[in-house]
Amino acid sequence: MNHATPLLSVHNLQVQFFMDEGIVQAVDGVSFDVFPRQVFGIVGESGCGKSVTMKAILQILEPPGRIVKGEILLNRNGSTIDLAKLNPNGKEMRDIRGAQIALIPQEPMSSFSPVHTVGDQIIEAIRLHQPVHARAARQIALEMFRDVGIPMPEQRLDEYAWQLSGGLRQRAMIAMALSCHPRLLIADEPTTAIDVTTQAQILRLLRKLQEEHHTAIIFITHDLGVIAQMADYVQVMYLGLVMEEGPVDAIFHAPKHPYTQALLRSIPSVHSTPRVNLPTISGSIPHPFNRPSGCPFHPRCPQFIAGKCDKHIPPLRSVGGVQAAACVLYHDVEVPR
Amino acid sequence: MLRFILQRLLLLPLLLFVFSVVVFLLVQAPPGDFLTSYLATLASSGSSVDQAQVDALTKQFGLDQPFHVQYIRWMEGLGRGDLGLSLEYQRPNMELIGERLLLTVLLALFAFVFTWVIAIPAGIYSATHQNSILDYVFTLLNYIGVATPNFMLALILMWVAFSSFGVSVTGLFSREYEQAPWSLARFIDLLQHIWLPMIILGIAGTARLMRVMRANLLDELNKPYVVAARARGLSEWRLVLKYPVRLAINPLVSTIGWYLPQLFSGSLIVATVMNLPNIGPMLLRALVQQDMYLAGSILLIYCFLTIIGTLISDILLAWLDPRIRMENA
Ligand SMILES: Nc1ncnc2c1ncn2[C@@H]1O[C@H](COP(=O)(O)OP(=O)(O)O)[C@@H](O)[C@H]1O
Ligand code: SF4
Ligand SMILES: [Mg+2]
Repeated sequence: MNHATPLLSVHNLQVQFFMDEGIVQAVDGVSFDVFPRQVFGIVGESGCGKSVTMKAILQILEPPGRIVKGEILLNRNGSTIDLAKLNPNGKEMRDIRGAQIALIPQEPMSSFSPVHTVGDQIIEAIRLHQPVHARAARQIALEMFRDVGIPMPEQRLDEYAWQLSGGLRQRAMIAMALSCHPRLLIADEPTTAIDVTTQAQILRLLRKLQEEHHTAIIFITHDLGVIAQMADYVQVMYLGLVMEEGPVDAIFHAPKHPYTQALLRSIPSVHSTPRVNLPTISGSIPHPFNRPSGCPFHPRCPQFIAGKCDKHIPPLRSVGGVQAAACVLYHDVEVPR
Repeated sequence: MLRFILQRLLLLPLLLFVFSVVVFLLVQAPPGDFLTSYLATLASSGSSVDQAQVDALTKQFGLDQPFHVQYIRWMEGLGRGDLGLSLEYQRPNMELIGERLLLTVLLALFAFVFTWVIAIPAGIYSATHQNSILDYVFTLLNYIGVATPNFMLALILMWVAFSSFGVSVTGLFSREYEQAPWSLARFIDLLQHIWLPMIILGIAGTARLMRVMRANLLDELNKPYVVAARARGLSEWRLVLKYPVRLAINPLVSTIGWYLPQLFSGSLIVATVMNLPNIGPMLLRALVQQDMYLAGSILLIYCFLTIIGTLISDILLAWLDPRIRMENA
């Protein structure tokens, strides 16, 4: 769809957590490109490495987590820099965080300090990246609050996050993230823990702002239904690996990977009979210390082929023209990775 | 906020009344009174007093009166700001307690400041540099600090000072200033002496506070609001000091209230060992001698300080934490 140069290009990213009990391979070689103005969706069950990938991009992984391999190329005015090579606490990286790439964190409920006002924290974000005085920064914050549809913005700025409703808190978070006009916005499960009506409003707001500000978004969720409304292009993750990727229509109408198919079966649709239990994916996500050999999905896969699927990790290969899947059903693997 | 403080202040007289009854009951509780223990002391040293003198003392202090009459006498005095006469020293208790109380409070404040000034930065360092060499060193020092009784530490340090430097580090003043009136020179002399008891009294508290600070901060460091602050590009140390440290300290503030009186009573053995002109040894002696008005006055002052300390920490906490402030508004 987009033939421009990617805004962000992640190549073979690997993140490990070095625990006393052993090494957790949280992200195991993930690659993707995000183009300007694109909404790039990442979907997968909880624990598959979505948040860790985003923290790696921003270089805010908490110890004992570390990027052990891979490139994170950010295109800035025609030149690219590898974020993975920057010092996480250095000035250059800090200038990118919040200004070039902003994050709407996974837990909007507790992402504001409870003892500082919401305004304090947003004004802080603005003044970190824009050479303005406190008064001007407050004006910008007010503008942002109006943009995201917070009623009585003047008063809300001086309130604490716990005085705001869930929906308002999330709007305030979005206002903060967009306050420095980032070129890329990472929204990590922005609608989890919010009621359905508010969720729909927030999604519409994000869509609207994305069009107005021409921001690219990496939209993360465990909910395929939400992805369908938001994303242009989708990547399906499982246990730190990409299972399938492609344009949103292809993923929804012609899923190739058994995991994607299973995920799709488990979401409610207008056609399904009400009050019938939705099929769930059998089995549970393996413990990180106990990764299956070969295809990570094989213990739960209905199409598992013994002696084949558990031997080698199938690489992500193009199937059916527009999308790619990592599954032996579509190509035999002889070459070990 | 103001209402909250006023409420607490209005409660003060009631609390003091309750405490005064309890205190008076306690100092009266041992069998006998001041005279019986006084006579016993005299008898064991071979001398004796005539009955007329005993009767006069009994009358003067109303020792033959029932409990409530004695209590009311004491309260009447307190109402006039008079803590009564010491039975043993035959001097006003106010005079006896005054200077010792001042020195005790000073020493407690010094130890308190020492504790916080050392423990908070060290705790922050330990938490932000978890498992670094210095973190391990702090941890080791902490265990030693908590495990060593402070009078033992006092004895060891006094012995070291005496055997290797030939100086005696007991007391809070040099000989020439012991009885002198207050002056700048006397205060400087005090500063030259107070640091050692300050360290000895503060060390266990420092160790404990450092552990708590480290644990609290570790709990806060990976909270979502910290991740969010990091993600907006705030530098690491500014971020740590502004957000998680603030939240980690809040619960510690509420410990100030009981920390001060604890320092008072904890200093008894150290004060005895180091010959400090503190209130601790005086209280001990008053209790042993059943010098009830002196003991009662000291205990009541303890209670008063505890209440005030708790009030101060409540106010501080409300000031620091909007969640508490607004709950009480
Ligand atoms: N702080 C951490 N310490 C150890 N392991 C972690 C940590 N954070 C994440 N992980 C590991 O990384 C995996 C992926 O986590 P995450 O990216 O948060 O999942 P999600 O896809 O739900 O966002 C987890 O299953 C866990 O094993
Ligand atoms: S590789 Fe085998 S186990 Fe894995 S998804 Fe494909 S068929 Fe299932
Ligand atoms: Mg997550």
